[in-house]
Amino acid sequence: MTVTGTRPLDQARPAPAATPRRRRLSERQSKALAFAVLTAPMLIGLGVFRYVAIAWSFLLSFSEARRTISLGDWVGLANYRQLLGDERFRDSLTMIVLFTALIVPVTFAASLGLAVLVNRIRRGRAFFRTAFLLPAAVSYVAAAMLWKMALFSGVPSGLANTLGALFGAEATPWIQTTSPPLYWIVLVTLRLWLQVGLYMILFIAGLQSVPPQLYEAAALDGAGPWRTFRSVTFPMLRSTSVAILLLMLIAALQAFDEFYAIFSTGASLGSEPVRTPLMHLYGVALQDQDYGVGSAGAFLLTLLIVLVTLLQGRILGFARNKD
Amino acid sequence: MNRYRGTLAGSLATYTILCLLAVVFLVPFYVLLRNAFMTTPEITATDWHWLPSALRGDNFTALFDNPERPFGRSLVNSLVIAVITAPVSTLLASMAGYALARIAVPGRGVVLALIVGTLMIPQAVTFLPTFVVVGSMGGVNTMWGLLAPGLFNAFAVVLFRSFYVSFPAEIEEAGRLDGLSHLGVYGRIILPNSLTMIASLGALSFIEAWNSFLWPLMIGQDPNSWTVQIALSSFLTSQTVDLPELFAGTAVAILPLVVMFLVAQRHIVQGIAMSGLKS
Repeated sequence: MTVTGTRPLDQARPAPAATPRRRRLSERQSKALAFAVLTAPMLIGLGVFRYVAIAWSFLLSFSEARRTISLGDWVGLANYRQLLGDERFRDSLTMIVLFTALIVPVTFAASLGLAVLVNRIRRGRAFFRTAFLLPAAVSYVAAAMLWKMALFSGVPSGLANTLGALFGAEATPWIQTTSPPLYWIVLVTLRLWLQVGLYMILFIAGLQSVPPQLYEAAALDGAGPWRTFRSVTFPMLRSTSVAILLLMLIAALQAFDEFYAIFSTGASLGSEPVRTPLMHLYGVALQDQDYGVGSAGAFLLTLLIVLVTLLQGRILGFARNKD
Repeated sequence: MNRYRGTLAGSLATYTILCLLAVVFLVPFYVLLRNAFMTTPEITATDWHWLPSALRGDNFTALFDNPERPFGRSLVNSLVIAVITAPVSTLLASMAGYALARIAVPGRGVVLALIVGTLMIPQAVTFLPTFVVVGSMGGVNTMWGLLAPGLFNAFAVVLFRSFYVSFPAEIEEAGRLDGLSHLGVYGRIILPNSLTMIASLGALSFIEAWNSFLWPLMIGQDPNSWTVQIALSSFLTSQTVDLPELFAGTAVAILPLVVMFLVAQRHIVQGIAMSGLKS
């Protein structure tokens, strides 16, 4: 194949079709070969671990599959009916919807606020960006350890209780207190700490694409900082905001790690007072070894995610039409 | 003059707020380090101490000597997984991304749709199916079972594709005229010219592999195939919690990544900014 390479360029160029075709792969074949070699690993990997896997699981969700993953007896929608009839699974769905409704607006507002503040200053941007982004390197499990055993531990030596004592508050068992549900403070602050820096970076990228003339015009019109934010910054961040909201929603609806690390006791999984649908399904699939019901649950959760995503597009779509 | 004073007050307020928030964000790291060097009575003491009484390493030796929780082994497992996943997944994504961007063959659209299509499927629905497939191939408690599903990142393919679409065509044509095949152009010209992109996505992929939890929890059921995150979570499901060991373990699980993060920060920020906006 390298033979042609030694030939002077001026000879190779005028006759590209006739001479080389006999000795080497035609241009079309060589293209097809390169394309196949470069894409094959990815296609095979995604084929096995995504397409085959999901098709198999979809069939399992209609089958009686206890302690087996071979496709057995067809039971129609029985697995779906069983799960929806299970109060514990319904509770976990309520829990995740509540969690999403809490965490998404809080994280959205906090990361946008941080982005605006960091973007406004002239010196020290890199320092603040690092300080807020650093938690993104921490795993949910490690953060949950810290939150559960150090910051929000129920004993007086926990940081939250130490700070509370300064103001005369008594030591509070944050995670165990269910009325009022103080564990929400633990869950929301944890995820906020881990994620806010990532979304802040995305918002900063969006902010930097706003044309400076718009700010100059707003300043000429005598707009204050809040007015400028409402009339210039926020509208210009529209597409960034929509993408970020979507990422946040999907991430929240699939929560597992921190709930598991904070609330699991090692006893049967899915029986915790606070648990998410994924925790319930993990228990069903890996502890009860019921892969049929587990698969059905995975598809129900997916349905929920798709519905929420569509709903979001719908609502933001309407808002856009009004403009 | 008036305007100058206004912005000065404004930026003072901004800096004050940012400094307070930065302290709040960094305090958990400080508490972690403090506790990792404390004894149980020091950690649970009612009155707050800012510093441990001595910088002793007992907690760390105890962490690695506990036979019931093979922490050293779990660290090695995590390291192997992250060190393999980061370059391999990034390279595979770059290869596919280049082909999809620059090699026009019939059926390219179908291949692109097949790869992008997997992005529409939430992770929640893939964890069980993938377990079923990997389990049926005997992958439970094996290194390949832990590794394999994480090597195929469709999202990175999309990012690489849009990166290569805007890659200058002249360089490739020059390579072709010098007699390089399409594969040669990729290996000799394209790959060396995408190192920044590879570094940024590789760093993100390393962090993701090191921190992943649900998949290793499912597939690594035997303590010898635990990753560091699973070993960490096992502290809370055991009967008695040894607090100094727990904090030492958490510090060991976090610090390598925090250091890597600080070193590769510019690339990571770039990677996040790119990956988020294209989704």
